[in-house]
Amino acid sequence: MSVEQVLFYVFGAIAVLSALSVITLKNVVHSAVALAATLLSVAGIFLTLRAEFLAGVQVIVYVGGILVLFIFVIMLISIEKSIVERQFNRQWVVALITALLLIGELGFVVWRGKDSLVVAEGTQPQASVLGVTGNTQLVGETLYGQYLLPFEIASILLLVAIVGSVALAKRKTQAE
Amino acid sequence: MVPIHHYLLLGAALFTIGVVGVLTRRNIMVILMSIELMMNAVNINLIAFSSQLGHVSGQVFAIFVITVAAAEAAVGLGIVIAMFKNKETMNINEIDLMKW
Repeated sequence: MSVEQVLFYVFGAIAVLSALSVITLKNVVHSAVALAATLLSVAGIFLTLRAEFLAGVQVIVYVGGILVLFIFVIMLISIEKSIVERQFNRQWVVALITALLLIGELGFVVWRGKDSLVVAEGTQPQASVLGVTGNTQLVGETLYGQYLLPFEIASILLLVAIVGSVALAKRKTQAE
Repeated sequence: MVPIHHYLLLGAALFTIGVVGVLTRRNIMVILMSIELMMNAVNINLIAFSSQLGHVSGQVFAIFVITVAAAEAAVGLGIVIAMFKNKETMNINEIDLMKW
């Protein structure tokens, strides 16, 4: 087994196990730490796919930004009360059956179609396409060239989200 | 070289774990975290296909997914704070004003 394969299976196992602990742990702070482990191992999986820029973005934006925001909010609101109450819905059996059907369907489809996913020998991309030229340069050129309009729309979306979250969080309560 | 369907199966597993989290948990913070898990699963698929096909568009789309995830987290956490101010709870079963 090559280094790439070993890294993929190690990171994949860590990602799945810590994702399971995100949804099963009682304490929300523990869930957030498990989510950090999942996000970091997904960044490792991006590295095995030679997407170095995305791995960096994953660590900086997800773990350094979004997850810290989650932990801020968890610290702002009291967690003592929520730990002692029941954590799961009454309809968890139905949810579990639905999820089993979903994973069965997805797994079946991927497994049945796995031969059609292999790219034919002649059309296989050269390693230089994604590796040697510099992944960041390539992503930047595509993002600011072909995908310039979606990029601008994404920035407007972020602006709207900022204004919206400030307006939501600042709203006066009925008691005030 | 890891075959691409292993990446797709990993993405499917992470997505399903996220679905289970959204459907079964009652704490709104864990529900938001499960949504982040699902977005990560989508990103794994996008980047696996991007590297398989030697085309960088998938990575650009993954950047857009991360942008949407950041916006969603900001608005979601704003809603959580507003909810906590009004109801003093993180339990979604107590937020039933619009439930019929």
